[in-house]
Amino acid sequence: MAKININGRVVDVTVEPDTPLLWVIREQIGLTGTKYGCGVAQCGSCTVHVDGVATRSCALPISAMTEAQKIVTIEGLSPNSSHALQKAWLANDVPQCGYCQSGQIMAAAALIAQTPNPTDADIEREMTNICRCGTYNRIKTAIKQAASAARG
Amino acid sequence: MNAIDLSRRNFLVSAGAATGGLSLGFHVTLGEATGQGVSPEVNAWVVIRPDDKIVVRVGRQEMGQGTLTGLAQLVAEELDADWSKIETEYPTPGQNVARKRVWGDFATSGSRGIRNSQDAMRKGGATARAMLVQAAANEWKVAASECSVDKGVISHKGSNRSTTFGKVAQAAAKLEAPADVKLKDPKDWKIAGKPLLRLYQDGKVNGAQVYSIDFKIDGMLNAAIRDCPYWGGSLKSFDASAAEKMPGVKKIVRIDKNAVAVVADTWWRAKTALEAIKFDYDPGPHGKLDTAGINAMLDEGLTAKEAFVGNQSGDVEKALAGAAKKIEATYTFPYQHHATMETMNATARWTADKCEVWTSSQNAEAALATASQAAGLPLDKCDVVRMDLGGGFGRRATSQDYVRQAVLIAKEMPGTPIKLIWSREEDMLHGCYHPTTKCKLTGALDKDGNLVGLHMRISGQSILATIRPEALDKGRDMATFQGLNAGGAEGKLGYTIPNLLVDHAMRNPPLRPGFWRGVNNNQNAIYLECFVDELAHAAGVDPLEFRRRMMKEHPKHLAVLNAVAEKANWGKPAPAGIYRGLCQHMGYGSYVAACAEISINAQGTLKIHRIIAATNCGHAVNPAQIERQIEGSFAYGLGPLLMQEITVKDGKVVEENFDTYPILRMAEMPSVESIIAPTNDFWGGVGEPTIFAAAPAVLNAIFAATGKRIRTLPIGAQDLRRA
Repeated sequence: MAKININGRVVDVTVEPDTPLLWVIREQIGLTGTKYGCGVAQCGSCTVHVDGVATRSCALPISAMTEAQKIVTIEGLSPNSSHALQKAWLANDVPQCGYCQSGQIMAAAALIAQTPNPTDADIEREMTNICRCGTYNRIKTAIKQAASAARG
Repeated sequence: MNAIDLSRRNFLVSAGAATGGLSLGFHVTLGEATGQGVSPEVNAWVVIRPDDKIVVRVGRQEMGQGTLTGLAQLVAEELDADWSKIETEYPTPGQNVARKRVWGDFATSGSRGIRNSQDAMRKGGATARAMLVQAAANEWKVAASECSVDKGVISHKGSNRSTTFGKVAQAAAKLEAPADVKLKDPKDWKIAGKPLLRLYQDGKVNGAQVYSIDFKIDGMLNAAIRDCPYWGGSLKSFDASAAEKMPGVKKIVRIDKNAVAVVADTWWRAKTALEAIKFDYDPGPHGKLDTAGINAMLDEGLTAKEAFVGNQSGDVEKALAGAAKKIEATYTFPYQHHATMETMNATARWTADKCEVWTSSQNAEAALATASQAAGLPLDKCDVVRMDLGGGFGRRATSQDYVRQAVLIAKEMPGTPIKLIWSREEDMLHGCYHPTTKCKLTGALDKDGNLVGLHMRISGQSILATIRPEALDKGRDMATFQGLNAGGAEGKLGYTIPNLLVDHAMRNPPLRPGFWRGVNNNQNAIYLECFVDELAHAAGVDPLEFRRRMMKEHPKHLAVLNAVAEKANWGKPAPAGIYRGLCQHMGYGSYVAACAEISINAQGTLKIHRIIAATNCGHAVNPAQIERQIEGSFAYGLGPLLMQEITVKDGKVVEENFDTYPILRMAEMPSVESIIAPTNDFWGGVGEPTIFAAAPAVLNAIFAATGKRIRTLPIGAQDLRRA
């Protein structure tokens, strides 16, 4: 039994201690917006926030988490797709197949929270999630637009 | 879209309970399923709800390429509908079978989504419009020809009356469909041809979109699988004594002789238990196969006597013998993996008289046939619910092997829905790999530097020989010659070369090949376009001018090449440190060209700054989505150029995950400038054609920068410092 704090809710989960956070989120909590891509923290489809830090949840065992750590998934990022990034993603028609986009948005949200005015170099350094449809350039545009909107 | 709603409900909710326009029952035709007086089906393509919502049924599959939006635009255009009222839904393949394939071919590959469906769907829209207008005219007792339609509102000017599609849809559905309808001239398009935003984006930014890997149904269990990793090998035995006792494990089954699946309450537990099983394999006849061995096989083919002829004119031997200058080069293109972000998966429920499957496939009809065969049940006792795809790129078109496995596992637990998910490792080891080929090119230049003879000897794996042997032409795989053909609307060679021979020594290693975005055009464009660049330099002629001399009879190929050259200021000096390369090619009915701009620093690090790309796809149904496809195709197509390669050792694939099979990421992505130049006189493809223009243009630019010819891909660690 473990207690985790996810999207503002404390939940009890009964899993083996080596179960990755990703599979707790998907199979125990039932939130499927966070995706499985590789299981080895390479592709970033599973990106969530742990205390505001973009974290690849597929290789993070639940035993390493404490109740005090606040986990946010794509479902908890905003009500009604209202985060500046989500709006910018829609305005720029970013997603193609869309599978990696939850992870991309979560990685971007951590980036602009940390670096409100990111340069191209900042974005390229921090945004290492894989997109096979090749939406990278539109992601970059959307991040800059959202960052600028968030700064006001 | 409605397929998502479907997944959230029980698939077998009774047809009468469905309030929308979609049949949820087995083999209840969609029209009946809509319920009397609820949402009339005007025809197979168009359902109109009383609230004026229009549901467009789409046979082809959306997988990120925008086909769903484009096809809906075409139907909405012919309807004169209000775009904001358009929704779409996927008929199931079972429904297609039951209605004599009224929605045509579901296969979504070969960049056919729009070009091979546009005629039937536009007619579907135009027919529905005519019936709706007739219904209004009947009610008003006026001539249909006096009525007009704007944004779903039908008006009769003479009597100043108007009504909406939703109000007359029921009456329209009862009318006889007109035999002949006139389609709009594309120059009059108001919805089609416009850069509209894609449908259903919201669920992709908030996590709500349900892919088949996310599918849930009451009582469902999860399965992880391991199939024999050796190509041609077999499973001798396995020891599951430890795995059986692990938490959550419900059953361990061996299917298709060589695969073992663990069924558990959660997928993570199934996968963990699978890893505790000890497997004993016989690597089989190819147990010692490696990449060097495959390369040796291909090298032999480069000079073999026997080869299938793909394109031939004049006398190439004579031309080479009499050449003022003879140039020769050999290129190599390695195996590639699709690496869709969503790994293969399917959910199946089997009983003695019914088999249901929920999955993401590029060809739901093939998935249905696969399910039927695996289930041991006739087609009309099976159906496949089409779920959204986390990437296709040809993998989910080539083989429905994951559907077969899910059904076979479900068959071991009758009545229990089983969701099978492949781990990334399983996915990498059981791909449908883009085949490896080599090409030896020999060119003859005359004393004026004109190309008077060319022999292209391709050696390597045929996709069709394994995947679709019935499509071979007396053993020959014509798909091997994509883009190098003498004629045809699909992929015609864009040069006039008086003496030409393009032939193929088929050498088939045991790895399963597959259709990988762009398919054989990827390497064929590299082979030809890089060699043309070599010839131009050998002739001392500008590469653009060298090409133009051979393109007088190929105006459409030339037009896109000219467009990129003009936009790139070809012929004028590039900014300091920037070097350019060109490419033109034709595939999937479309003409494409690219100009790459790169730099290489003193350490030999390549930076691709910009690629200017032009496409003439005939009709541009949604220019914004075409632009996205151009960019996306480059991200996919530059991977094999820069870093991606599948290798083989001891009879199996070496690369099992993204740590060893690196994928192009944002930092490597160039900026892309698109020129969409439709000539409006044919229907060409969009999803694939531009992919093959990027890599040759970059390779030619690398030569311009360094004087080095990279002829073996990927570039990887090859030294790019100036020679």
